Amino acid sequence: MDFLRPTTWEDALAAKAGQPDALPVQGGTDVMVEINFDLHRPAALLDLNPVRELAEWDVVDGRLRVGAGVPYVRLIEELGDRLPGLAQASRTVGSPQIRNRGTVGGNLGAASPAGDSHPPLIAGDAEIEVASAARGVRMIPATEFYTGVKRNALEPDELIRAFWTDPAPGPQYFSKIGTRNAMVIAVCSFAIALHPGRRRVGTGVGSAAPTPRRATAAEDFLSAELDWEGRGPLSISAAKEFGELVKRAASPIDDVRGTADYRRHALSVMARRTLTWAWNDYRDGAKAGKEAS
Amino acid sequence: MATPIKTPGRVAAPGQGGVGDSPLRPDGTLKVAGEFAYSSDLWMDGMLWGATLRSPHPRARIVSIDIGPALATAGVHAVLTHEDVPGNKMFGLDETEDQPVLAIGEVRHQGEPIALVAADHPEIARRAMEKIAIEWEVLEPITDPRAVVADPERLKVQERGGITRHQPVRVGDVDAARAQAEVVVSGEYEVGIQDQAFLGPESGLAVPTEDGGLDMYVSTQWIHNDLMQIAPCLGLAEEQIHMTMAGVGGAFGGREDLSMQIHAGMLALHTGKPVKMSYNRYESFFGHVHRHPAQMRYEYGATKDGKLVYADVEIILDGGAYTSSTQNVTGNAASLGVGPYEIPNIKIDAWGVFTNNPPCGAMRGFGAVQACFAYESMMDKLAAACGITPVQARQRNAVSQGSKLATGQVITAPAPLAEMLARAEAMPLPPAADTTDIRNLPGGASQTTHGEGVVRGVGYGVGIKNICFSEGFDDYSTARVRLEVIGGEATALVHTAAAEVGQGLVTLKAQIARTELGIQRVTIAPADNTIDSAGSSSASRQSYMTGGAVKTASEAVRAELLAMARRKLGHRMDDRGADDLSVVGGKVVSRSAGVLASVEEVLGEDVIEETRKYHHRPTTGMDPVTGQGDSHTQLALCVHRAVVDVDVDLGLVKVVEMAAVQDVGKILNRLSLEGQIHGGSAQGLGLAVMEEIVVTGGLVRNPSFTDYLIPTILDMPPMRLDILENPDPDAPYGLRGAGEPPTLSSTPAVVAAIRDATGKALTRVPVRPEHIIA
Repeated sequence: MDFLRPTTWEDALAAKAGQPDALPVQGGTDVMVEINFDLHRPAALLDLNPVRELAEWDVVDGRLRVGAGVPYVRLIEELGDRLPGLAQASRTVGSPQIRNRGTVGGNLGAASPAGDSHPPLIAGDAEIEVASAARGVRMIPATEFYTGVKRNALEPDELIRAFWTDPAPGPQYFSKIGTRNAMVIAVCSFAIALHPGRRRVGTGVGSAAPTPRRATAAEDFLSAELDWEGRGPLSISAAKEFGELVKRAASPIDDVRGTADYRRHALSVMARRTLTWAWNDYRDGAKAGKEAS
Repeated sequence: MATPIKTPGRVAAPGQGGVGDSPLRPDGTLKVAGEFAYSSDLWMDGMLWGATLRSPHPRARIVSIDIGPALATAGVHAVLTHEDVPGNKMFGLDETEDQPVLAIGEVRHQGEPIALVAADHPEIARRAMEKIAIEWEVLEPITDPRAVVADPERLKVQERGGITRHQPVRVGDVDAARAQAEVVVSGEYEVGIQDQAFLGPESGLAVPTEDGGLDMYVSTQWIHNDLMQIAPCLGLAEEQIHMTMAGVGGAFGGREDLSMQIHAGMLALHTGKPVKMSYNRYESFFGHVHRHPAQMRYEYGATKDGKLVYADVEIILDGGAYTSSTQNVTGNAASLGVGPYEIPNIKIDAWGVFTNNPPCGAMRGFGAVQACFAYESMMDKLAAACGITPVQARQRNAVSQGSKLATGQVITAPAPLAEMLARAEAMPLPPAADTTDIRNLPGGASQTTHGEGVVRGVGYGVGIKNICFSEGFDDYSTARVRLEVIGGEATALVHTAAAEVGQGLVTLKAQIARTELGIQRVTIAPADNTIDSAGSSSASRQSYMTGGAVKTASEAVRAELLAMARRKLGHRMDDRGADDLSVVGGKVVSRSAGVLASVEEVLGEDVIEETRKYHHRPTTGMDPVTGQGDSHTQLALCVHRAVVDVDVDLGLVKVVEMAAVQDVGKILNRLSLEGQIHGGSAQGLGLAVMEEIVVTGGLVRNPSFTDYLIPTILDMPPMRLDILENPDPDAPYGLRGAGEPPTLSSTPAVVAAIRDATGKALTRVPVRPEHIIA
């Protein structure tokens, strides 16, 4: 097995172009486990750790550009205020050791339907910046990034450079079911993000379909239903309907981690609860704003 | 042949501590620092790596095996099948010998070993293994244990049949009592397959010796029992095999059965080279037996006040394809099937059966765990039916010193169960959850609730466990204690074959030697078979048995030291002929004349060495028809109170607190003891809410720590412990084995608390979210 260690982004893209079957590795928390179990034997490993710029994040024209190599622990510590949904999801990833090494870039590369970072990326309308030596940069909306179980929209010569997303314009929450209280793979998960400026609700459903996905009907329903202007209370029936629509957006399976029925049920509960938290924050924010002014 | 590097050396126990103190473990710093050599760290220059080809099918006939391509692989030194087993082709625990060393024409469970490969590198071995071509005739697996009980002749998994053991217990007249009972409650219960989930995988090293024998470095619970099975299969005399304990990374019963020992021995003898084998986590799930899953039916009759009048019980334990410990596990399930309660009329039928499901054998609690979940669930049902509290229902039927168990055996030692229950109930309850930190709530960091849907529940569980081996087995232990002056200081060397599996026996042996010899410096020799058996690190028995052996050997050394003192110092017995000498703080002291000399001065160049065997009081078998007999050595009780918060909308559980009241007779080392109670409680919590090997059609669906979940620190709550010391007059220092009892009682306590919060019946463990929201 070849082991490629480019030190610049250009060299990394060249290496990937030269050997498209090379498997990129960042923290190694997924790739190395699979290699240890001999589930995959890639022709080459492309170690992106020496490419230092991947571990940087920046604000560009008001948007966050977060390098694919920024580990979860730094997302939590450095961006928790601006990306609360993603930070909450990051806190649920594995153990402290895993969070020190694991990255959103790696999560995107693996594209597991159970990956914890996917639902908040989708709910937050993130875009994935990918690049190739031959064709340069292209931006892929998170909703179009996942193409199947452990498959993504990358071309063989492309690498993930960063994800782009707005600093949270409103409340965000992430919630995940696991059968223990830490260090657990999602049975199913849900993310919500309020975009008050656009009067839209973003959602992301994890581990309940072949790919992470948004609950479009639920978003449409709720975006129209919410009293964005008056910040009035959330009706119980609207919260319930939202939960129902999220549930219907899923197409889960029975597996060793849980049943399809349970996943559907849990999604409706998580959708209702996270919406309630988010809407209450939004309303409290208005109150706090008035008091401050 | 050179000694391999990274084997356990002699460990010197630091600190002051005698019996009752809590000196630190001599291996503790190494383990915490990651420097302790476990069996998977064994290494020797020029060694080969062994790999095991295992069955993908739970039941199939092997039509043909072609090892040619594997053998032709560069770097491969041997490919062996059952035809290459040098001696007996079968082995097994308790002289059952029904398990093939390598499959012979047929496989009976997924993961059954078929062929072995030795190669220069583990990866070469693994790839060669995949080139072994097998033509299969796949058969329908037998997977329903209840069907086997109903039709054992037709549903025969192997020659021994469908039923491993049927043990009835008959007391009084259940039918007559049934007619008089004012209250009748019944239930059906199920326990899933729990795994020991030790962290150190099965591993070891076999080194050929110049005289045609083997040096074996293995991690096991019982060196001598391994040897009894290894030697005949390798065609060697036991004297030709030198067994040394390698570093054991946890056991919990899972190392009572052999794993890689005979296989590595075969490869080493065949190639003439040292051979190391080390399973990975996936293989480990197939490399050892698990806890028996159980299906149980219970019916209890009582007076309206809640006094039990009869119990009618059926327990079916699925042992998988080979006997392993199933006979004794079934015996325990029968003798302890109704727990620590006085019931005048009892009918128990416990069955251990063969199936093509994963093989099951010993695990912490050993047959008593499964029954405990059922009988404790029944006590809660009884309480509800009689309108009394769960504690009252238990107290009204609790055993005490002098009570009879279901087997008719009288509990001779203190057994203050009613008082223990009262103490558990009287402990203060934890405050309501602080909902400002989601880690305090069900779901933890996953943030499934900020308090919505969370309901608190409280539950109790009681367990009774036999300590030491039962049913007539003389599981003696042997200790050699040597006292001499080394570097100017009196030093004791304690040598036993007992397995340190993490429980702290190395610490305790030194504590006992210090106490009995009155000196400070104690060295613990590595466990091996140059000394006679210590018995198994099982059944919570090593403090009792090897502790007893070290104590008696140390007493013999002390007696000789004092005799030497009298000889050398000319000190006489007093007028009444009594010995007024003792050893205190490294000095030989006379009650009448004070300090006579230091131990070093008495010893000079002399060496005192004594070896003693320690036996517990004899037990009897169980009557095959009535189950009656004095079958147990010692009985130990633990009471748990569990407090849980349940998210009733999502079915997620946060165990808020566990309180335990345990009577240990005598606290030998509080730190280690509390660790045992914490650990046992955690393992029981795991069975209650998450731990299960999920099997469909004989195939394991979750052989990894990704999907076989064990509790993390966010799942295991703080504990309140109330440790009682009512001594057992038969046991050394009055001690009572402590490792297993908390594993029994924590499971039913947690489930009872979830029932209290949810009102659900919850008849199966582990409880899954689906069960709670159903």
